[in-house]
Amino acid sequence: MTAVTAGRSTRGIVDLVFRARELSIVAALAVLVAVTAGTNGNFLSAQGLKDIFLNASILALLAVGQSFVIITRNIDLSVGSVVGLVAFTVGDVLAADHGLGVGVAIVLGIVIGGVCGLVNGLLVSFGRVPALVVTLGTLYIIQGLDHAIAHGRQINAVDLPESVLSLGNGSVLGIPYLPLIAVIVMLAVGYYLRSYASGRDFYAIGSSPEAAGLAGVPVRRRVMAAYLLSGGLAGLAGVLWLARFGTVVADDAHGWELQVVSAVVVGGVAITGGVGTVYGAALGALLLTTITSALVVLKVNPFWQQAITGALLLLAISVDRLLALRVARILRRRNARHGS
Amino acid sequence: MTGAAEATAPHGPGTGDAPPVLALAGVSKSFGAVRALREVSLELRAGEAHALAGENGAGKSTLVKTLSGVHRPDSGQVLMDGQPVEFHKPADAQRHGVAVIYQEPTMFPDLSVAENIFIGRQPRASLGRIDRGEMRARAAELFARLGVALDPEQPARGLSIADQQLVEIAKALSRDARVLIMDEPTAALSGNEVARLFTVVKALREQGCALLFISHRLDEIFELCQQVTTLRDGAWIASEPVAGLTHEALIRRMVGRDLDTLYPKLDAVAGEVALKVHRLTREGVFTDVSFEVRRGEIVALAGLVGAGRSEVARAVFGVDRWDAGWVEVNGRRLPPASPTAAMSAGVALVPEDRRQQGLVMDQSIERNIGLTGLKGLRRGPVISRAAERDRARDWAIRLQLKFNRLSDAVNVLSGGNQQKVVLAKWLSTRPQVLIIDEPTRGIDVGTKAEVHRVLSELASDGMAVLMISSELPEVLGMADRVLVMQEGRLVADIPRADATEESVMTAATGRAS
Repeated sequence: MTAVTAGRSTRGIVDLVFRARELSIVAALAVLVAVTAGTNGNFLSAQGLKDIFLNASILALLAVGQSFVIITRNIDLSVGSVVGLVAFTVGDVLAADHGLGVGVAIVLGIVIGGVCGLVNGLLVSFGRVPALVVTLGTLYIIQGLDHAIAHGRQINAVDLPESVLSLGNGSVLGIPYLPLIAVIVMLAVGYYLRSYASGRDFYAIGSSPEAAGLAGVPVRRRVMAAYLLSGGLAGLAGVLWLARFGTVVADDAHGWELQVVSAVVVGGVAITGGVGTVYGAALGALLLTTITSALVVLKVNPFWQQAITGALLLLAISVDRLLALRVARILRRRNARHGS
Repeated sequence: MTGAAEATAPHGPGTGDAPPVLALAGVSKSFGAVRALREVSLELRAGEAHALAGENGAGKSTLVKTLSGVHRPDSGQVLMDGQPVEFHKPADAQRHGVAVIYQEPTMFPDLSVAENIFIGRQPRASLGRIDRGEMRARAAELFARLGVALDPEQPARGLSIADQQLVEIAKALSRDARVLIMDEPTAALSGNEVARLFTVVKALREQGCALLFISHRLDEIFELCQQVTTLRDGAWIASEPVAGLTHEALIRRMVGRDLDTLYPKLDAVAGEVALKVHRLTREGVFTDVSFEVRRGEIVALAGLVGAGRSEVARAVFGVDRWDAGWVEVNGRRLPPASPTAAMSAGVALVPEDRRQQGLVMDQSIERNIGLTGLKGLRRGPVISRAAERDRARDWAIRLQLKFNRLSDAVNVLSGGNQQKVVLAKWLSTRPQVLIIDEPTRGIDVGTKAEVHRVLSELASDGMAVLMISSELPEVLGMADRVLVMQEGRLVADIPRADATEESVMTAATGRAS
């Protein structure tokens, strides 16, 4: 019996560590907001808050998709390019035909993103090429495609149907659409990953690919699905980007893939797979966005903004590593006692 | 082989009415030129524990992998309840109720124990959601049935190997496994843990599970099993009841073969001590290991897999650190954990795993041979390609390496020739002490003889050779002295005259005779 109670408290410790991760992001956010608002009251104005949430929504959406991939011990670097491609091509189509509504735009965006994800997924899971190389390659290919289609042109807000632009700026019951969409997607994906057998497979694959194969988990199909989802969500994010900014060039969302990966890692998803939640990843996105906004408000040199993001990333990874070692030591000690 | 013919029939004489739960009938399996299994038959019955005995390389692991769907037999049949079945992948065998517990189970460290048991088969609530309460309860129930106190919600990370095996057994139970195969489950366990495992396994046996048990510890076979099948060099030797068998008889079945003429050890006069290892200890790995190797001597380090032989070699060469004791080469102490110091003192280590540790597979023969002695190849600050090539050609001729061009990549060579490249690479450093781990593993008979000839020549030229080998004939044929390790300790030092298969195996399996 004693061993079982020891196990219970072990579980408590481990749970606490993982919850502590999400709580610590919330705490960091609170401190950041308090300090910034204390220095400059405008930070907490309605417009300021709205901007943060609108910006964070797109990043959070991408972070949710990316967590899926990273949890399976892979990575998707092509998401930034997908956002750019989708924003431009969907804008182009809408500008050509004003009869098309917001529904068509979203479906088109998700399909284009999904096709990109499918290519990534096929190459990684069936071609057995390392994910880093595959998605680095598709990053450049999709970027090139985007430039070829754009050919130096620009999509302007006046060319877009009103319904699409209102998706970016409108709200329901005072809540803007963008954060609403991001939260709904996050909750749905989070619930799926936690509560469905196929959702748990993603964690199993990231935790030990060999064991997953031996246990009969359809590894390739799941990895494929993770890329499909990441691509699809990047497509959705591309449409939202178009709706929010209205003016789009081929260069949009360049370099976002690294912000997305940073948000995911800061949010507690292990880069080595198997650990983390989409809630954490979305919180990570919110934190990074808030920091950027806060630094602007505090008139910090843009160079430092990037450096601070980088420092935060290193801090998050170091804390994870330390906690993992600590937990491992606790577990070992408990088991030693249990064994004796 | 009349016994084999009898066992091939699914309803052999004296087997009772019910066909065996799982059986192999005349199964053969080859990997390239190596015949891992030859016409092997085996019958596992409900409520019976069956031991599989044999030396390293006798084909035990191949047999397990054939039963568990990892390998498919080239010929012969796998039978369940007397009906032929084909396992294309491990999942097929699992579906038929065959579960395998490996020496070191593969688990999902980040998932809970309960999830490890039920991955892919989690109990469902409405809308296909996972019913976590039910999953936890079922896992707890399984552990209660096994009589072990493990918390289903604990993460698998940090579980001891013994506990991981119990989780695997619980998983097998949850699948209603009818056959439980355990491949050296006790190799990494302490005495208490073995006792606990056996309690669990005996209970399963009494509940009607068929067991296949592999262990190098003969005592365990005699304690747990009713039947034993012995393999030797991939061939079926005997299947018989354990009762009435003695340890000695079983060892004879495992090793009894004629020494062939593959091992041309030249006589050499042992010179002064070249390598002296004094009370070397690495906690939890090996303890209090002392020995000497003289010039001109080939000393074999024998023992079972996992006895700590390679670990001692790695420590002597400085790849791993040690906790106590010291190592002397030609009378000078080596600093711990410094392969560079060991190399400059004249020690060379030819590792067991050529592909992982011995060779840069994509690079050319000459590059690989040159790798250890880059200093000697320098002309000013740059490496001289000509010197590299000369040295490689030199050794290639001496070792009778078969190749097209020295610029060919190493991975196109056969296993035996790869081994010669590794040898050349280290011999070109002109070592005084050569430590060589499993010198002929996985290479064909002809090349084996050549490697043996080279080793023998090197020794008679005054090199001190420490050879780790799991092949008894090689040990007995080549070595001037045989050191035997068992569970991290050096338990015997047998001179050539007294070394027999029985005496070495007896020491290695821990039976004081």
